[in-house]
Amino acid sequence: MEKFTGITSQAIGLDMHHVDTDMIIPAQYLTQIERNGYGEYLFQRLREQDADFIFNDLRYQSAKVLLTRSNFGCGSSREHAIWALMQAGIRVIVAESYSDIFYNNAVKNGLLLISIEAKIINALIEKSKQAMLMISVDLHEQFIMTSTGERFSFDYEPFRKACLLKGQDDLDYLLEATR
Amino acid sequence: MPKNIIEKIWDAHIHKQRKGHPVVLTIDKLLLHEVTSAQAFAELRRRKLTVRHPERIIATLDHSIPTTSDRNNIVDINAKLQVETLRNNTKEFGIQLYDFDSGHQGIVHVTGPELGFTLPGETIVCGDSHTATHGAFGALAFGIGTSEVTHVLATSTILQRKPKTMLVEFIGSLPEHTSSKDMIMKLIATIGVAGAKGHIIEYTGEAIRAMSMESRMTLCNMSIECGARAGLIAPDEITFDYLHNKPYAPKKSEWDKAIQYWKTLGSDVDCYYDNVVQVDISRLKPMVTWGINPEQAISINQIIPNIEDAEQAYQYTQLKPGWRIKNQAIDWAFIGSCTNGRIEDLRIVANILQGQQVADAVRMYIVPGSEQVRQQAITEGLDQIFSEAGAEFRMPGCSMCLAMNADKVPEGQRCISTSNRNFIGRQGPGSITHLASPATVAASAIKGAICSAEDL
Ligand code: SF4
Repeated sequence: MEKFTGITSQAIGLDMHHVDTDMIIPAQYLTQIERNGYGEYLFQRLREQDADFIFNDLRYQSAKVLLTRSNFGCGSSREHAIWALMQAGIRVIVAESYSDIFYNNAVKNGLLLISIEAKIINALIEKSKQAMLMISVDLHEQFIMTSTGERFSFDYEPFRKACLLKGQDDLDYLLEATR
Repeated sequence: MPKNIIEKIWDAHIHKQRKGHPVVLTIDKLLLHEVTSAQAFAELRRRKLTVRHPERIIATLDHSIPTTSDRNNIVDINAKLQVETLRNNTKEFGIQLYDFDSGHQGIVHVTGPELGFTLPGETIVCGDSHTATHGAFGALAFGIGTSEVTHVLATSTILQRKPKTMLVEFIGSLPEHTSSKDMIMKLIATIGVAGAKGHIIEYTGEAIRAMSMESRMTLCNMSIECGARAGLIAPDEITFDYLHNKPYAPKKSEWDKAIQYWKTLGSDVDCYYDNVVQVDISRLKPMVTWGINPEQAISINQIIPNIEDAEQAYQYTQLKPGWRIKNQAIDWAFIGSCTNGRIEDLRIVANILQGQQVADAVRMYIVPGSEQVRQQAITEGLDQIFSEAGAEFRMPGCSMCLAMNADKVPEGQRCISTSNRNFIGRQGPGSITHLASPATVAASAIKGAICSAEDL
């Protein structure tokens, strides 16, 4: 697993609740036996259906921070959803909440999921639509900071934080614990 | 301290816990299929690890395989590679694979229980979110990702945070023409798709006690659709009768010992739950979804509600608030999936289709959940009823539940389906899905429009 300490990047806002993993990576792209090659199919169906879908907007091409609403990643347990997001460049998601399995899958791949109040998310998504919004994420100190100068702290499980900062994955931990 | 069944199973499986760390949870059983396992084995190989307990694992083929009679000839080269990869991996690591024509190939959540592989009090995982199905046996069963599949292969453990617990109590008994599918759909419509997030549910109530194992599996299956990690039902005589003499079930003196243990699993009087929900089902009517997630469901006589933030749903399903769901014309009817692809479901469908014809404009697929279900249906002559009614009785697999193979609802067409997800494009790009019970799907297929068995 890759280490994660911090990042500064443009943010992309996906203004939807209950984004399921079928949307993130449709089933038809799961007939692979590799971990790679999913990034280009991220949100493929939504991108095909709607030319104005935010992930079709080239201005956000380099965004590494995804802003979205509640219950993100619900539905199928496919870890391909995490792989697709990361291979498309996403390193951090800031949302109201996540589905359980998605959350678990993310921490095992070094994708940082931050939960923040709905009100703040709303404001951030709005800003990201109007102009380029840069967000800095500091995992050590557990805060995010916007290019417009706001700073929000977030909670994060200490165990998971240590894993991310060190790039340590669960398997080593389990092998040691069950030796 | 009194404990509920979830806490009992959880506590019995704590292998280790360091202060401030998640629990190292012992996993008794792992189920594998072709779509979420290849990368897990690859990782195992990369790290030069072995499978710690191959005897606690079974594998089968379900998601990407064809359901045509010539299914051995897999045309999709990627699907073919996935199947061959699973065959090679299970062979290399000494894992039992239920391949085509083994008599048990099928959807992993149908095959596991019918072999008695799924037992009360166990922790059971699979790289699939509908693993909660196995909770019907009083097991703690939940879906995991591919990384965690690697962890279980290598160590028979995973790292888990202790879940919250939730009691869902169904009040009353099931009215005629309704089933456990309608019950779970009612619960999801009531509490929403994130209503049980972070929780494991225990289902109780007189209707549950009266229910067959097949119906209990249908109910537990959809726990994930209200956000729950898992859902389970305390084991009882119905559970034990179902398991008795199944291939993997304990034998002879082991069996008696097992029963004794299983009887201790039920929740203690005065135990605690983080959340309690009651759902009155005494006037339940058949349920149907109208939107693009499982909480967007109503009973068949209701009108489509006007709710905020659902523009995308109305647009996608081409329905408007205030319209009736009943009598909406359909193009497809699908019976199958790990929710409703069991023998009991096929019997209900056969009963309704007997002597009737599927409407001319409707194409109906009936896809058994496993080879055993298919064989049983043939033994009972159900296949005859299906073909005389004009439905297609296919080979076992996930099929049109997720449309990973060639079984797809064409763009813009409307399907009434016994599966568990009505997400955008779930049954094929641009397809529209209405979830319902087997009885409702069968009745609708005959009428060519959404209706319940009562309306025929
Ligand atoms: S039948 Fe559908 S829900 Fe069940 S395992 Fe297969 S794809 Fe998943």
